[in-house]
Amino acid sequence: MAMFSPAIFITTAGFFHNSAVHVALAIGGSAAVVSAIVGVFTVLRAQSFAGHALADISSAGGSAALLFGLPPLVGFLAMAMLAAGGMEVVGARQIRERDLVSGVVLGAGLGLTALFLYLDISMTTASNAANMVMFGSMFTIAPETMIPALWVAVLALVMCVLLYRPLLLIAIDPDLATIRGLNVRLIGLLYLLTLSIAVALSAMTIGAILSTALLIGPAAAAIRWSCRPGPAIIIASVIAISATWGGIFLAYDSFYWTRNHGWPVSFFIVTIIFLAYLASGRTTALARLRRAITA
Amino acid sequence: MLTVDSLSVGFPGNQVLQDVNFHLPQGSFCGLIGTNGSGKTTLLRTILGLVTPDKGKIETGVGGIGYVPQKIQLDPFMPLRARDVVALGIDGHHLGVPLPSPSRRRAVDSMLAEVGATEFANRRVGDLSGGQQQRIMIAHALVRGPRLLLLDEPLANLDIRSVAEVIALLHKLVVEQKITVLLSAHDMNPLLPVMNQIVYLAHGRSVSGAVEEVVRSSVLSSLYGYHIDVIQVHGRVLVVAAVGAEARTTEMAHEPVHVTSIP
Repeated sequence: MAMFSPAIFITTAGFFHNSAVHVALAIGGSAAVVSAIVGVFTVLRAQSFAGHALADISSAGGSAALLFGLPPLVGFLAMAMLAAGGMEVVGARQIRERDLVSGVVLGAGLGLTALFLYLDISMTTASNAANMVMFGSMFTIAPETMIPALWVAVLALVMCVLLYRPLLLIAIDPDLATIRGLNVRLIGLLYLLTLSIAVALSAMTIGAILSTALLIGPAAAAIRWSCRPGPAIIIASVIAISATWGGIFLAYDSFYWTRNHGWPVSFFIVTIIFLAYLASGRTTALARLRRAITA
Repeated sequence: MLTVDSLSVGFPGNQVLQDVNFHLPQGSFCGLIGTNGSGKTTLLRTILGLVTPDKGKIETGVGGIGYVPQKIQLDPFMPLRARDVVALGIDGHHLGVPLPSPSRRRAVDSMLAEVGATEFANRRVGDLSGGQQQRIMIAHALVRGPRLLLLDEPLANLDIRSVAEVIALLHKLVVEQKITVLLSAHDMNPLLPVMNQIVYLAHGRSVSGAVEEVVRSSVLSSLYGYHIDVIQVHGRVLVVAAVGAEARTTEMAHEPVHVTSIP
């Protein structure tokens, strides 16, 4: 264990003066908030697998962008939105059928990812492409990506605000929404497009494979802590942004306490989210025990 | 008020409803009775406009329709309180986040009190019992003040006490607010003390009228196309097919019973 230094949190002085950190905090923070909010609706609609599938499929876009020299955000976003549209066109309403469609589209997307990553490694200088696309590389995000990413995040947040009540009503029963004049299919498509923005942002930051953690983890913990949609969204956002910024800080700091072998941001983010989820289960169990005792 | 006139509904290879007719005056409590697959849900969905009929006409009068769907299974972790579900009955179809509104809150509180759900209004809806969830879904359906309430198998999977409570609640609403209730069920017995109309569906066809006019051997034999006995045992009605035929008892809670002879 000679790679570890006994000192902890020794680098905070340089942390806030580093431009790569600024970009990571801004894009990571926006990805965290969008993923947390969309995640609550994703859990509510039992579409966690669709979220995971879209994230994995977006990796095909990310790897294609590397190949063709496009901004990664464009690649991740375009492929996720294309897949979201494809899922909705198939039009599966039953959860089981939706999962089958997601699985089939996921398989096709990952096949493309395999091809593009192979071409990235063999035809370009991006030898680290697989690691960047699948597990993220937050400190290497180009600063010029920040403004477009923030605009895309704002668009996703506006969609969440607009669709807030219809999505809750549809979660109770789609027929109730239909007889109230809502176009359930259109709302489903808009939600999937919003979900694709969330997974594209998080795939670009913590990687396609781990983006599911940012989408589902904070939301899953939050709905155990709160039985109201508004507070659940706020709690999910706090968990996600704490995990992301905390992860960035720890990864930055780990460069020093592991003697120049900094650990990946994604590892710290998913670890914090996992701990939050475990804590939510513990407090929920304690609350139930208290209710049982007082009943 | 609800009038269904010469209604036929079919799907490719399956004629579900054929020439269904009935009229419910305002303030009726009507049981829509039939075995599984007899077309009850299709009839309700057609009245709601969710299914397009092949022919026929439906008139629902003024005041809108409230609807309680079949087999609502709310996730235990769904982040919605009982009062949130009722509030979505007011403005769940609007875009945007609801702003705090005293009038909205008063309407929700009043509806929760109406259905006897004030006690568990702030609990997570997925944690409630089946009977409590039905109360909340009824409140959700009624909070905008419709004059017609359709309920699709609301008594299925409820224990005996919850069945009695839900029926008593609906009866109170019919008596006090003159709402017309059309409730589908495959067991008519719990409804006998309160329903004043019945629509009986079999093989896609229907008979309707007062209970004592419809639940008769001659009427149901004509509807089914073979002899049907209507037997009363301790105040319960059993509808049973003749010896040797497939027998279905609408008294039974779930599946039809097949018998070869009746003692």
